[in-house]
Amino acid sequence: MSELTLSELSVAGHRGPRLMPLDVPAKGVERLLPADRIRTERAALPEISEPVAMRHFVNLSTLNHHIDKAIYPLGSCTMKYNPKLNDEMARIPGFGAIHPLQPDELAQGALAVVAELHEWLRVVMGMPGVTTQPVAGAQCELTAVLMARAYHKDHGDPREEVIVPDSAHGTNPSTVHQVGYRVVQIPSGPDGCVDLEALKRAISPKTAAMMLTNPNTLGIFERQVGTIAKLIHDAGALLYLDGANLNAMMGLANPGAMGFDFAHINLHKTFSTPHGGGGPGGGVLCVRQDLEPYLPSPVVEQDGDRYRWNYDRPQSIGRVHSYFGNFGILVRALCYIRSLGASGIAEASREAILNANYLKARLKDAYAASHDGPCMHEFVLSASRQKARGVKALDIAKRLLDFGMHAPTIYFPLIVEEALMIEPTETETKASLDAFADALLQIDRESVEDPGRVREAPTKTPVRRLDEGRAARKLILSWQDLEAEGAGG
Amino acid sequence: MSFVGRSDAERREMLERIGVTRDEELWASIPAEFRVEGPLPLPAPLAEYEIARRFEQWGERNADAGRYACFLGGGIYDHFIPAALRSIISRSEYATAYTPYQPEVAQGTLQVIFEYQSMIRELTGMEVANASLYDGATAAVEAAHFAAGAKGKRRMLCSAGVHPHTREVLRTYASAGGFDIEEIALENGRTPVGPIANAGSDVAAVIWQQPNFEGIVEDGAALTRAAHDIGAYSLAGADPVALAVLRPPGHDGADVVFGEGQPIGVPMSYGGPLVGFFAIRKAEVRRLPGRLAGVTVDLDGKRGYVLTLQTREQHIRRERATSNICTNQGLMALANTVYLALLGAQGLKDVATQCLERAHYLADRVREIPGIAFAHGDAPFFREFVLRLPAPAESFTHAALDRKILAGIPLARFDRSRPNDLLVAVTEKRSKDDLDRYVDALASWAKARAQSPREEAACQS
Repeated sequence: MSELTLSELSVAGHRGPRLMPLDVPAKGVERLLPADRIRTERAALPEISEPVAMRHFVNLSTLNHHIDKAIYPLGSCTMKYNPKLNDEMARIPGFGAIHPLQPDELAQGALAVVAELHEWLRVVMGMPGVTTQPVAGAQCELTAVLMARAYHKDHGDPREEVIVPDSAHGTNPSTVHQVGYRVVQIPSGPDGCVDLEALKRAISPKTAAMMLTNPNTLGIFERQVGTIAKLIHDAGALLYLDGANLNAMMGLANPGAMGFDFAHINLHKTFSTPHGGGGPGGGVLCVRQDLEPYLPSPVVEQDGDRYRWNYDRPQSIGRVHSYFGNFGILVRALCYIRSLGASGIAEASREAILNANYLKARLKDAYAASHDGPCMHEFVLSASRQKARGVKALDIAKRLLDFGMHAPTIYFPLIVEEALMIEPTETETKASLDAFADALLQIDRESVEDPGRVREAPTKTPVRRLDEGRAARKLILSWQDLEAEGAGG
Repeated sequence: MSFVGRSDAERREMLERIGVTRDEELWASIPAEFRVEGPLPLPAPLAEYEIARRFEQWGERNADAGRYACFLGGGIYDHFIPAALRSIISRSEYATAYTPYQPEVAQGTLQVIFEYQSMIRELTGMEVANASLYDGATAAVEAAHFAAGAKGKRRMLCSAGVHPHTREVLRTYASAGGFDIEEIALENGRTPVGPIANAGSDVAAVIWQQPNFEGIVEDGAALTRAAHDIGAYSLAGADPVALAVLRPPGHDGADVVFGEGQPIGVPMSYGGPLVGFFAIRKAEVRRLPGRLAGVTVDLDGKRGYVLTLQTREQHIRRERATSNICTNQGLMALANTVYLALLGAQGLKDVATQCLERAHYLADRVREIPGIAFAHGDAPFFREFVLRLPAPAESFTHAALDRKILAGIPLARFDRSRPNDLLVAVTEKRSKDDLDRYVDALASWAKARAQSPREEAACQS
């Protein structure tokens, strides 16, 4: 039996928490609002008591996989443990119950959090300019490409193209297109690294920028990054670091020294803020000194021991968020950084690299690795051998769910056939990695001995494989649709 | 402290299995010139209770709505949030999960999105809502992109009644070239239809907000009609609490209803995380930006939920996607869902009605104070109104702090030509006692000003 919907649980007349009585004289909605502006039919929201609501949401919650349950090795997503202190701090009234338009003098603690976080991130990235107004990696990309355009415009020509490797995340080309630039896609070499000859052919006076993920989506550090930066800069263009994989090099390598002009950080990945079932995230965009004037407005500034928001930013691209970005996420990220300290930041990356390499060592005989040699914080396997036995990457992912583990990212990057992209993160223990490796090795054996079992998986999850085609053909997107469906037979 | 559980013996065993002697060998591929040598120049790790002390001290330096009576609004409001809601959104099962890429182990998250879509559809009077967007401002941007794509035109008329920050974000995104923004000035606090009627036939959409930024209830039916008359879409921003008592724009034929979901169950949290909602008509669902959950069945015929119509999204379509967004605001959308479930139809209407009644009580009492006027006369408002004071609004908000009152938002921060205007918001949480204290504070400030205007002026300079 599926969990009922709130609409199905609703009983006319049931009530949840109540308000205090209205202690001012009531005039009535009809007297206070124009007659033709008053809502005539009541919104059909559910009518349920608090205990029923609690059971509903708690029962639903038990259907989810989550980090506090077991390994969640989604490549490129950095599903590390989310320390609980961080959430506790974000909820204290001094942070949770403050309004974004209260005067700066009455928000000095909040401003101090933002300023201190920026200070740490500058050091980690080796880059002087920073904003935390974007709320996601994709919004950092958009902010940076807008800034690149403003920069080029100030230098006489906005230019027309942005170079994106074919191994990039989908947000890169999508962002470039949204900002009105043309995407110039370049092929990767067999190790996923940039093909320098292809890059040289792609660079022209029209090139505004290049977006590069380093380490790349195969988990390989782009050794040629210095040369790439030089080629891009010689053409007067700007180099953007997609920081999805920053967990591989915090405290080990310096993106500013590599020649990146922009770099983004996903706080919900590298800095442990909860993913929340798909948001809220937290975006950080770091930039080199001369791009700083283009950052979104306002920026936080310090005058002696006072902090303030500076809105007087004539060259800024403007605002990208209603207020100051996801402040609650910034509190959590700073809390995490203070827990790690200087030593912990590098340790997190080192242990993440160690975990990925250990897992790869345990799996590389059964599954074809995308390349030989060490990886950084993640690696990509191919299920090509298993596919020849009738078991695809998708089947392997589904079978893993029966072991109570989450699947890796599958079919990405696009340049590897039947890709399984695995990022264990530093917070998995050896025992957890061994259990995950054992499960994947068992699935490999099953692909020989009992491939049907893998293809039928999962069988131990709250639902079995779902018919996605049906969902797209017959769109049922709300209770109202569901009821109409029922009524129509 | 990096939350790593690892003994030296385990580390040795792992290195041996990998076939290296030191972990540095694993990242030898990083060229020496890019390496960080030695520890970063940053402080040492702190213990939990040291961190808590620091953050609590910072928190005390902020004026929070527990210690001050908060009359600040402008899109972010101090509404009641039930304890049960905090308990639900704190659960690891929701907070530490990610995007439901494997739906068999994400039915909780997926059904919540489905319920969220259902309730947003109901509130807005539309036919399809997505799984949420970053915030109200970026929801407006997505609405503009949606209209530009559907109409094949790029000119947007945006009412000056739309939140000034939303207009700023629209201008930022407009600079990318997908659309142009022209503003329509307010007349007596409301958006006039004349400039729309005379705008010509190349307009993609009219963007407006209900109630508008200055608290005034717009004539949504007239604005939508005027937009349609020139062949443009009507893109309506809306306050989700107000929708319990105000006619939803969807019922008047609006083409997109979008808005900020903070008022329904999300803490103010210094303005983030927020959550944007976005609803349209079903015929245009293939143009919808963002994620969407739908119902299907599993192999045994059991009801289940999946993300659907994913071919609109960036990870499939790359540069041809409807938007570059690749997240929703999952946990905040959950907060909206739990809030609407707990309050229910009657509860939300009670919240809205109390905001309306309490705001009018305060307005009526303030009206009696000599020297205090209303910027927009007796134009109808919901929970917010603009006072026109006899002196700079900041001098009153400053004086009110002594009484632990955050008295409103001086509009000078958005428009320097309006130094004396103050935007005042009243939620269901402001008791009669709070409201009466506000009246006293304002009356004594006005009286002191009337007695010694010169002195006040000197303080200001």
